[in-house]
Order: sequence, then structure tokens, then C-alpha cells
Amino acid sequence: MQDNYESVFQDKVDAENKIEPKDWMPDKYRKHLVRQISQHAHSEVIGMQPEGNWITRAPSLRAKMVLIAKVQDEAGHGLYLYSACETLGITRDELIQQLHNGKAKYSNIFNYPTLSWADIGAIGWLVDGAAIVNQQSLRGTSYGPYSRAMIRICKEESFHQRQGYEIMSKMSNGIPKQREMAKDALDRWWWPSLMMFGPHDADSAHSSHAVKWKIKRHTNDELRQLFVDRTVKQADLIGLSIPDPDLKWNDKRKHYDFGEIDWDEFWEVINGNGFCNRERMNNHINAHKEGQWVREAALAYARKTKNGE
Amino acid sequence: MKNPLFQYVLSLADDALIIGQRLSEWAYRAPFLEEDIALSNISLDLFGRANLLLEYASEIKGGGTCADDLAFKRNEREFFNHLLCEQPNGDFGKTIVRQFFFDSFYLLFLTRLAKSKDLQLSAISQKSLKEVTYHFRHSSQWVIRLGAGTQESHEKLQNAVNVLWVFTDEFFNMNDIDKMMVKQKIGVDRQALKVEWDKEINKVLKKATLKRPEKGHIISGGKEGIHSEHLGHLLSDMQYLQRAYPDAEW
Amino acid sequence: MSTNELPLWEVFIQPKTGAPFQHAGNVHATDKEMALQNARDLYTRRMEGTCIWVVKADEIVSSNSNDQESFFDPANDKVYRYPTFFKVSKKAKGL
Repeated sequence: MQDNYESVFQDKVDAENKIEPKDWMPDKYRKHLVRQISQHAHSEVIGMQPEGNWITRAPSLRAKMVLIAKVQDEAGHGLYLYSACETLGITRDELIQQLHNGKAKYSNIFNYPTLSWADIGAIGWLVDGAAIVNQQSLRGTSYGPYSRAMIRICKEESFHQRQGYEIMSKMSNGIPKQREMAKDALDRWWWPSLMMFGPHDADSAHSSHAVKWKIKRHTNDELRQLFVDRTVKQADLIGLSIPDPDLKWNDKRKHYDFGEIDWDEFWEVINGNGFCNRERMNNHINAHKEGQWVREAALAYARKTKNGE
Repeated sequence: MKNPLFQYVLSLADDALIIGQRLSEWAYRAPFLEEDIALSNISLDLFGRANLLLEYASEIKGGGTCADDLAFKRNEREFFNHLLCEQPNGDFGKTIVRQFFFDSFYLLFLTRLAKSKDLQLSAISQKSLKEVTYHFRHSSQWVIRLGAGTQESHEKLQNAVNVLWVFTDEFFNMNDIDKMMVKQKIGVDRQALKVEWDKEINKVLKKATLKRPEKGHIISGGKEGIHSEHLGHLLSDMQYLQRAYPDAEW
Repeated sequence: MSTNELPLWEVFIQPKTGAPFQHAGNVHATDKEMALQNARDLYTRRMEGTCIWVVKADEIVSSNSNDQESFFDPANDKVYRYPTFFKVSKKAKGL
């Protein structure tokens, strides 16, 4: 019986049909998705913090409004993804618990601090740029709710990258202090952005099932290469140079060769020793704690008035 | 004396700008994610309104001034927002009560301003009315939920109402500029709004099981540039980049 | 640990007047008013929609996709439910 269900499931996946919440699915598939989707959601939400850090100090009204809208989108993306994840039989409360007790991770990149306004540009350009490469690939993922959430997210993402690139462009063509700021931000955010694509394919633990079940459509290294190729050209256009002495166009491969990532740093940050890990988590935990009385009151009111009639 | 129309528009702009700035401080801190989006939506609307009004004000002023100049280069004594707007967020309850007082006033005010002889002000008001209606629904519903929710939420809300009440009267003061603008059929008679505002407030407070404070000490001065000590800190944060790099364009 | 879990509501958006409502996703909210506001904030930020329906998730009744074959038309051989199956003389009008 199980074998029959399993082969029906695999046939669906192979035929590029979507798996929906009430379809039979292998337990490992469900678990993998809960982990991946929830971590994606957590990343969006934690990602609100480094950028939220500069909302009150944005240097123009337009920049402020654009940044608020961007951070708001990130909250929205978190919600689309929590929403997709909850269809797999897990509650929002459980998901938040997993984040708080470290059982679930979020993208490493958000453990880096935003030290200047140029960092906001760098994040939009590089971090969102890397996320877009990853997310476009995920639009074809096999789980229906996840795929639909990704399509929605991708539609909204392109304005994010443009916002960041515009900031970097303006600054690299501005007064000397602005050019310095832009260069400094690029120097600090380049390598962490490359790390966003995860370990080399050979060192990646979860890959094979993810590929068989069409959860993951392209490999880490493929996506990383795509990102580098795109971004180097963008940097050239605005007169910024990538902080990699080994970066070189390879005419045979028709791709850029680039230097080796510092994997020690990568693992250090994942394991909790990044600059802002503790702060990011404490901010999230505190906001949740401080909001408890509000959630309780809203629930109590709804019960008293029978769901707001 | 400064151009009275300029002053009038600036004061309206400053209200939206300062309370918008306060709301934007809630990014990633709201009680749950959906509310994060709601609050940032409202702050976006307010910045949008502030921007329109500041653009109009800079037109009136002339001489190449732009909205950003007005937002980022004026000092504390040159801001003319009402004191309520600059009060710190406190907890979610305090933010919501501040918003409720603000929204309830502006719903009435902008309804009248929409009939202004000044076409710009009339247009800006009409556009803002849709948003303010929504803002008022949001803040008044929360006042009710929290006022009538649990014992804890009730106490927090009552406390917030008591603390912020002293700043509400200022909205109904008519200074010389208000009087001048009303005469020219441009501005709104604030005093005339008091009775209706009281009615609306009382309706919501009743549903929220909250007590309306006794009329006591009144604090005002914002429209004359006399502010609480909070505004200075808000501005030094908001204006930092423009002041640190005066030659830069952003 | 008390449950602060806000109930789940499913959201349906009508993209423009006259169009069918489409499922957009879900929101958490404690009452109808909050659900509508949250749905509007989350799913129509970019002006996507003229009307919103919110329904408490546990009020929704769904068919089970494992029953798909018996609930909907079984088997490919019963195509006669579709009008294209019938070869009708072109001379017959009104069909």
C-alpha cells in the first residue's frame, strides 16, 4: 500500500505536478519541507532587523518610505511562508518556539551588522540579489503552497534589489565620503553574500533527496555562479570593485572564476558566533514576550464577544 | 512675520511627519507579524501625507526649498507639530491610544479641510480621508479590544489614556494663524470640532470600558515651537545623515 | 505554556469586479474585523483586488484528494460529459 502511495507521489513529482497539502507524501518529504520553508520564513522576519535599524535615520523622505515598504514586504514574505508551512500540520506558535530554542535556523547573512547607510544599499543589491537567484529557482518547487508563495515573493522582490542598487549607484557617484562608505559596505557584504548559497555541492548534506523530490531545482554552486556572473557586471557599471583578487573572467568556461570562501567564518557564524546572532534572537524573543498581553487581550475580547459579532 | 499659509501647512505636515516617525520605530517589534504590517502601512500613509504637505509648503516658501530641506534641516523650535505626536511609543497600548486620539481628531479635521478654498489643501485632504478612515477603524478597534480584553490590558489602556489625555486639548486651540486661515475660508475651526470629537471618543471609550479622565492640567505649545524634551532626540536621530554630510545628495 | 495562538483565517481575493474570487493564503486574527484588515494589508498592498473574503479555516469543508477519482468523474472513458464529444451536424442550430 505504502509502495503504491509512494510511486503515485513520485510519478506526480516527476511529471512536474504539484503536491498539495492533503496529498499523501513521504514523512521525510514533509519534514524536509517544514524545515526548509520555516527557515526561509524565519530568515525574512529576522532580516527585518538589520534594515529596520536604519528606518528612523533614512536620509530622505523617499528613501525612508522605500525602506519601510521593503521591510514591510519582508514581514509579508515571512507571513506567506509561515502560511505555506502551516499547511503541513505545524502551528505558528510551534514555529516561533523552534526559532527561539535554536531548533530552526535562519539565514546567516542577517547576523552581520548594518553599520552605515551604504549597508542598506549593499543589502538590497547583494543580499536580495542572492535571494532572488535562489527564489527564482524555487518557483518550480514541487510543493504547491511553497511554489505559489515563491511566485508571489519573486514578483515583489525585484523592487528590493533595484532600491539597493540605486543607493549604491548614487553613493559611488557622490561626494568622496559617500564613495568611501559604498566601497566599505561592499567590502564587508560581498563574501557573506556568496556564503548565502551554502556549502559547496560536495559538502552539502541535504541535497540528494531535495533534488529527487524537486524541492531544490538547482545546486548551491550553480546558483552561486549565476549570482557572481550577474553581480560583477553590475558593480562595473557603477564603478565599484569586488573585493576578490582572484576574480577573473574565464573565457573557456564563459563564467567568472572567483576566490575561495572562508568556510571557517561561515561555520562560526552558523554556530552562533557571528556579530549579531544574540541580538537578533533576543530582539525577536523580547518582541514576542512583550506582545503576549496584547495577543491574550485580543483573544479574550474575541471570546467575550463571540468572535467579534 | 512668516507667511501664515506656510506656517499653517507646515504645522499639518509636522503632525503627520512626527507621528509617522514614531510609528516607524515599531518595525519588527509589533506583538505579531500581521500587526507589524498594519503599523508600517499607517506610517507609510502618514509619511506620504507629510511629503505632500511639505512639498506644498516648500512651494509656498519658494527659493528652491524642497520637502527634504524642511524635514531634515529645521531645528526643534521650528517644528510646529502638536505635542501628542512626539510622545514616545511606550508599549503597544500607549501607541494605540496616541494613534486613536490622533486619528479621531484628524478624521473630523480633514473632513472639513476637504472643503477648503485652497485647492491644494482640499485635494490633499480628500486623498487622506480614505486613509484616515481606515486608520481610525484600526486604532479604535484596538482600543476596544484592549480596553475590554483582560484585566491587564484594561489597566494598561486606562493608564495610557490618563497619561496622554493632557495632550488632547491642544488640537482644539485656535492661534492667530488658525483664526486668519478660517477667515480666508482656507482653514478649519478647531474649536467647533470639540463637541463631535467628544461624542466619538466617548462612544469608543464606553465600548472599551475605559474611563474618560477629569479635565485637568492642559499642556500645549507645539504650534509655537515649544516642545517636550522628546522632540530633540527624535530629530537628532531622524536628521543625522543630512546634518553629518551637508554637501551630499541622497 | 498557554496558547496565544491567534485563529487561522483563509483569504480569498477578487482581483477585479466581476472576476471569480481566488484563494490567496491565510492570516491569523482574533476577530472578523482584524482578519479583514490583516488580509487587506498582506494581500492587497499593491492594489491587487476589489473585494476580500475571509473565512475561519476550520469552517472550510474540503474534498479529500485521495477520493479524487470517485468524487469527480472517474476514468478517461467517460468523456461524454463534455460537449465536444458529440459530433453534431453543423446544420443543427442552437446547440
